[in-house]
Amino acid sequence: MKKTPLHQNHLNHKAKMVEFAGWEMPIQYVGLKEEHLNVRNHVGLFDVSHMGEIRVQGPSALKTLQWLTTNNVEILENGQAQYSLLPNAEGGLVDDIIVYCLEKNQDYLVCVNASNEEKDWQHFQKNNQGAWLTNESAHWGQIAVQGPQAFELIQRVTGIEASQMKPFQTKSITWLGAQMIFASTGYTGEKGGEFFIEAASTGKLWEALIEKGQNLNVMPIGLGARDTLRTEMKYSLYGHEINETSNPYEAGLGWVIKPQAKDFIGKTPIVARKDAGLTRSLIGFKTIERGIPRQDYTLHDLEGRQIGYVTSGTHSPSLDAAIGIGYVESRFSNLGTEIAVDIRGKKIKSVVCKTPFLNQK
Amino acid sequence: MAFHIPEDYYYTKEHEWAQVDENIVTVGITEFAQTQLGEVVYVDLPEEGQKVTQGTSFGVVESVKAVSDLYCPVSGTVIEVNTALMDDPASLNDDPINNGWLVRIEMDSEKELANLMRAPDYKKLIADK
Repeated sequence: MKKTPLHQNHLNHKAKMVEFAGWEMPIQYVGLKEEHLNVRNHVGLFDVSHMGEIRVQGPSALKTLQWLTTNNVEILENGQAQYSLLPNAEGGLVDDIIVYCLEKNQDYLVCVNASNEEKDWQHFQKNNQGAWLTNESAHWGQIAVQGPQAFELIQRVTGIEASQMKPFQTKSITWLGAQMIFASTGYTGEKGGEFFIEAASTGKLWEALIEKGQNLNVMPIGLGARDTLRTEMKYSLYGHEINETSNPYEAGLGWVIKPQAKDFIGKTPIVARKDAGLTRSLIGFKTIERGIPRQDYTLHDLEGRQIGYVTSGTHSPSLDAAIGIGYVESRFSNLGTEIAVDIRGKKIKSVVCKTPFLNQK
Repeated sequence: MAFHIPEDYYYTKEHEWAQVDENIVTVGITEFAQTQLGEVVYVDLPEEGQKVTQGTSFGVVESVKAVSDLYCPVSGTVIEVNTALMDDPASLNDDPINNGWLVRIEMDSEKELANLMRAPDYKKLIADK
């Protein structure tokens, strides 16, 4: 199993370690619920060094990214970032990504899911339009700092005024001699950001964040709470809401697809599926009766006919309620529609509800 | 970590305990199981009168992250269900050995007890984890 630069730090913080996408990662430290609420109320640190990074450089960098991704990379100026998708030739999704513009037209960093890193790297090489590609995944450690106190903590440790940055901006600095890119992005719905830092200095940054965050109630957060935090925001997770056969419009990701602006892999089938009209929609729901929805459970109308399936489900620590995300036939997607989720053979009554499940601050 | 493992209870390899009083068997999960699960947020138990079979699932406990089946230590009929757990699942974490009992079963045959572990063997089982 692969280890992140923070492996020993996790063991020192008494993390419970599990295998995730070929990496040995902390699933939790003191407890999922406590960690989750600490991010909502104070601040938490996440080791996301397992995420992959692909560098795209040279005179054909922009052309290559325009072809590989659905969003319009051309509008990115230096220091801006963009959520985007890697479509396949059939109009499904290879991955969802963030593109960071380091130098317009010629230098971009693409952050990809750990579970897809090898596949994405092959995909980039196969569909390259002349860019200089480097798999920098081993070069970078990555730490996310999220929560109401995150800006204060980031400022204390690095001097970066994150509170003055709009979402999806980056700042490149040198921190104690190490190359660092800070991005005002995240996966929890809270304030904060994510650091890319040279692998060898990642541990130093982690310990500095822990130390300077003591009176801000900082806490390391495991992958368990990372998942419940993103589920409360209805953020997609590859392998759950989206995969190789997903229709990105059904997934609610049409806002990052720009067919008017450019040509890209799979554009024809993606546009055709949009024009045909959506038959399914990705919704959020809460159970009314007792029971917790989980991935792959089936969704039904009140007569018992199957109308869809669950992509993610959990007990929401913030709401103390069972919540789920799933695809349903579009006519069941209106807020307030009553549906049922099959939990071990019992049809548990549920209701389609507003998302994010949590009100954004 | 030191777990409370009563000497007079029987144990399954899936970490349920069984306390036998003549032909009435009270069933719960062990402290070890409780710590592995994390905070319990949901408990699904059978109804009174339901028949259950040794070694098969008779319900589930769920933490935020995971669903775990409960396995029946003995075959028989459910005669009492700890319904308080349904309203306060977290109490299972506080006291799995006593107040956190799940069901009481009228056992069909005490011969089945031979298939269960006693405390020393169960201690060995979790020592290897």
